[in-house]
Amino acid sequence: MTKYSVIGQRLPRVDAATKLTGQAKFAADFTLPNMLWGKVLWSPYPHANIRQIDVSEAAALKGVKAVITAADVPKKKDDEEYPGAMSSCLARNKVIFAGQPVAAVAAINQYVAEEALALIKVDYEVLPAVIDIEEAMKPGAPLVHPNTFTMNIPDKDKKPTNIFWYSKIEKGNIDAGFRQADVVLENVYRTQVVHHGYLEPRASMANVEPDGKVTIWSDNQGIFELREIVAGLLNIPFSKLKVIPVEVGGAFGGKSSQIVAPLCVLLSGKSGLPVKIVTSREETFKTNRPAPAALFTVKIGATKDGAITGAYVKMVYDFGALSGIGGMGQFSFGGPPMLNTYRIPNIKIDNYSVYTNKTPSGPYRGPTATQAAFAIESQLDEVARALKIDPVEFRLKNVSVDGDPMNAPGFGGDDHFGKIGFKPVMEQMKKYLNKRGPVKGGNRGRGVSCGYWATASGSAGAIINLNADGTLDVLIGSVDVSGTRTIAAQVVAEELGVPYEKVTVNTGDTDVAPYSTLSAGSMIARSISKPLHLACQDIIAQLCERAAPLLEVRPDELEYTRGQVQIKGKPDKALTLAEIGGKTFHFPGGSPIIGRGSTQGSGSSPVIAMSTADVEVDKETGKVKILNFATIQDTGCSINPTLIEGQQQGAAAQGIGWALMEKSVYQNGVIQNATLLDYRVPTAVDLPYIDAFAVEIEYENSPFGIRGAGEPPLVPTVAAIANAIRDATGVRMKEVPMTPETVFWALQKKGK
Amino acid sequence: MKKLITLTVNGQQQEILVEPQQTLVEALRYTLGLTGTKEGCGNGNCGSCTVIMDGKIVNSCLVFAVEAAGKEIVTIEGVSQGGKLHPLQQAFMDEGALQCGFCTPGFIISGIALLNVNRHPTEEQIRHAFAGNLCRCTGYDKIVRATLKAAAL
Amino acid sequence: MKSFEYLTPRSIEEATGILNKYGNEAKIIAGGTDLIVQMKAGSVCPSYIVDIKYIDALNRLDLDENGSLHIGAAVILSRIVDSEIVKNKFPMLHQACSLIGSDQIRNRATLCGNICNAAPSADSAPPLLCLGARALVADQKGMLTIALEKFFRGPGHTVLKPGQILVGIEVPKMADRSSSHYIRLTTREEMDIAMVGVASFISLTTRDKVCNDIKIALGAVSPTPILVSQMEAAFKGKPITIESIEHAGEMAAGCCIPISDMRASAEYRREMVKVLTRRTLTSICADLGIQS
Repeated sequence: MTKYSVIGQRLPRVDAATKLTGQAKFAADFTLPNMLWGKVLWSPYPHANIRQIDVSEAAALKGVKAVITAADVPKKKDDEEYPGAMSSCLARNKVIFAGQPVAAVAAINQYVAEEALALIKVDYEVLPAVIDIEEAMKPGAPLVHPNTFTMNIPDKDKKPTNIFWYSKIEKGNIDAGFRQADVVLENVYRTQVVHHGYLEPRASMANVEPDGKVTIWSDNQGIFELREIVAGLLNIPFSKLKVIPVEVGGAFGGKSSQIVAPLCVLLSGKSGLPVKIVTSREETFKTNRPAPAALFTVKIGATKDGAITGAYVKMVYDFGALSGIGGMGQFSFGGPPMLNTYRIPNIKIDNYSVYTNKTPSGPYRGPTATQAAFAIESQLDEVARALKIDPVEFRLKNVSVDGDPMNAPGFGGDDHFGKIGFKPVMEQMKKYLNKRGPVKGGNRGRGVSCGYWATASGSAGAIINLNADGTLDVLIGSVDVSGTRTIAAQVVAEELGVPYEKVTVNTGDTDVAPYSTLSAGSMIARSISKPLHLACQDIIAQLCERAAPLLEVRPDELEYTRGQVQIKGKPDKALTLAEIGGKTFHFPGGSPIIGRGSTQGSGSSPVIAMSTADVEVDKETGKVKILNFATIQDTGCSINPTLIEGQQQGAAAQGIGWALMEKSVYQNGVIQNATLLDYRVPTAVDLPYIDAFAVEIEYENSPFGIRGAGEPPLVPTVAAIANAIRDATGVRMKEVPMTPETVFWALQKKGK
Repeated sequence: MKKLITLTVNGQQQEILVEPQQTLVEALRYTLGLTGTKEGCGNGNCGSCTVIMDGKIVNSCLVFAVEAAGKEIVTIEGVSQGGKLHPLQQAFMDEGALQCGFCTPGFIISGIALLNVNRHPTEEQIRHAFAGNLCRCTGYDKIVRATLKAAAL
Repeated sequence: MKSFEYLTPRSIEEATGILNKYGNEAKIIAGGTDLIVQMKAGSVCPSYIVDIKYIDALNRLDLDENGSLHIGAAVILSRIVDSEIVKNKFPMLHQACSLIGSDQIRNRATLCGNICNAAPSADSAPPLLCLGARALVADQKGMLTIALEKFFRGPGHTVLKPGQILVGIEVPKMADRSSSHYIRLTTREEMDIAMVGVASFISLTTRDKVCNDIKIALGAVSPTPILVSQMEAAFKGKPITIESIEHAGEMAAGCCIPISDMRASAEYRREMVKVLTRRTLTSICADLGIQS
């Protein structure tokens, strides 16, 4: 973007130096005097009644200062409806997944805490569990929740079931759509449970003071959300609960739930001392909210000149033991819109959500979208192949444009597209691939895929203090997981026409900072730039008002430009921020200049990202090597291209891992591969350089046209790789991860 | 029972009391308050706890503190000299080679160790040297480019 | 993790004395990269940890007068990888050791520790088996030598008795006109455990360039690393051809008893033994200038 001077610049992160020198503090880095160490006892069974818990020996162990069970947690109404539910942060009478917290201890050090855990005796009555999604859907399957019925089906059909949600989207006439097609192809696709793999294990520390004031340090994606969760669980008024913002070591949607923070509060309250819990990597894998496994039937029909006439998708998502965790809601909201990328006259989507006795699933970087993109974009690829049409051309032929109706409506009830950048992204991909040239060599192939995501936005406030020397202190309440402080500094510097270095952005704690929505849903840049914009306008108005008498004109004769207030058209008759501040702040008669902004969310901005992968497949072993990878998306406005590229490249790496090597392995309902060796994420040796590009089609409802960038680049990656493997080998992989063994057997089967 | 050990950390001699089963990363973080070294997995799989011990990079989560007696340790806190960033740190900042920052200390330590023995590593050598350092945010692209840039100085 | 007493013997005698005294309550620590992981998981709970890194005799990495390589128990993998002697005279060992873990791991882990941990997938084992390595064991009575193929008892178990310590591995000089190669199959390029590992070794007769000796060893496909039996009988004195390479792969696959686990199925492992055997032998043939 050349029309701005700070926006669009590759400025270094404001938090870079503290992170590079090890000064930046993450949750586990904080300590307080006399702090105790806590440890959690997790359920070893996926489904069991708790007959009794005996903590007496643990409590009596020397060095143990508190032990808690559900008896210490305030009872909630829906405890009765969902006895195992997380309305209680410790299991009451039942556990419904392995890894559910059952009890916790606080002791003088980690070793005593560990010893105490081993002394807690829990009498479980093991119940039949249902782990696999298809088993869970069978009539007569053990029920995860006894009184669950499927939402949105006729009452007469309702019976207790693990299928707790059904919704459908219908447009046109699907049978007619398929009749009009020259090619109709159907396939079944499956994905597995995958984990965010953030490097920082979950950790929290809490201190309850004698007057009941609670302070929490915890890894999170929203200090206000954290406050709300803990206050709700433990019946604490918001004003008595302060959450301190900390650096967060990766989140990707996985830290919008809080499992140990409320336990730290309970332990601290009971012991009278600060309590810290740092979970291990194994605990983090086993007990935190992974992305759901999913099963798809996709049927797509198109005419021989490439127009898609009908699309049917049945999608079934495995929510684990609970729904509604950390923003996941009750149904896939990333799945149905996956067809929105394209104009399709006849559509039917059946969307199911199922309970199983596994760790409740949570949001992961475009929740439920990547799974749907894998299925749908793989099948689109099959149809393009059958029609012998280039995969990018096929997508361009059917792409949705400005004003088109949405196949699946958006969050805010919007049902038609405003200004969108789908076609420019595809055209940019076409240009990129033409420049690259065809992929050469035996056993090599190329795949492309689109991924749809509608970035959200939420409410937030911002306060800007103008200092007497012309520098600015910005106060926001947004947690920085993706460079928020840097973005905020750039926005303020641009709006006020001051150098970037003069703006300091502070994330305050919940006692002092203005409310901010979550740093999730690709929404924080969009959500925080709006109140910042208003706060800057507020400052400008105050500056003009104060400058008027100083320049001996009326306020309406003034304009603000490039960091100074000047008489309109007369840049030499001006006052800088420092000059106005210095003259008007102090006694007598002066007052500080404070800018204030508070805004609500502004609907969702539809975006597509597109990925392309070149792969080489070792046909004798099935091992896939990524030769090249590129990712393109519409960012609306790339405030800081380096930060955007970083998001795109990181997402690509996560997608490559999801495609080729990642899955949580369950046995008897317990995760078996809870280490960073057995749960494989790509290392630097597994990846090439990742080319990342952006197009900028401004979104009408955001300052600078920002659309949000964090999530979309993950969505198309898995399908791009599956399509590349198809190109290289002729084999259509319908399940991920596409490990060497699964590719090998697919090749063997094809060879027969 | 705690043992008294002496070791040199970032050029300073330290005398500390440690439990035998306390790992070096725990001693650095909680006894010496040097929290720049992180613990991402505790099993030597992620490299977040990488420190230099007697000139070689090791996973400090897999060293008992008592084994480090008499050794010279360099942690991330000992890298920048007199408030000035090491060229590798500067290159990371300039290239945007960090996001959440959790893995960053481990990468800087491993990167410095690499550049100490190989002044002009290739892309392949850099990736191999970083095989024991996981990053989930960056996809390693800018990390590799930053290291090449620092090597070229 | 429970507390323990940390002991630092200064001689092999002192070490065996401690081990004899405390039996199964004592565990040796060299690199600690397996032991500490196991202690954290709670699968091993020693009351005494015996650190052998301070014993000078265990830090030897050199050739004896016969050209055999001596690798002391405390020698770290990175030292082996960096050693010019190993690179030039035992290149397969250099190759295999570079695959274990990461730089951080290799700066602590020892080759002898890798052997004593006795994982079926241990990367150092197939190459050492191929090269006819011997385990040097000390106890209170003295020293004994055990052929490496008799050293493993089962997954995670060696024949070492309480009171015994592996003080080193001896690798005989490689024959002239010989070559060796190790390949392992992993999902990730590095930082992974082999699904299958195959090490091969061939030496040729001086005159007519036919096979004089052949050894193939397998990792991760049986309860222990194993030597494929009857290789010599099938190949000695014969020229090496594409057919015989295929046959070697079949023999190797027929000899292993793989299991299905998280990493791979037994059937896949068997298939991959064939592929990797063929690839190691093809690579060796190229190295020896044989048109197979």
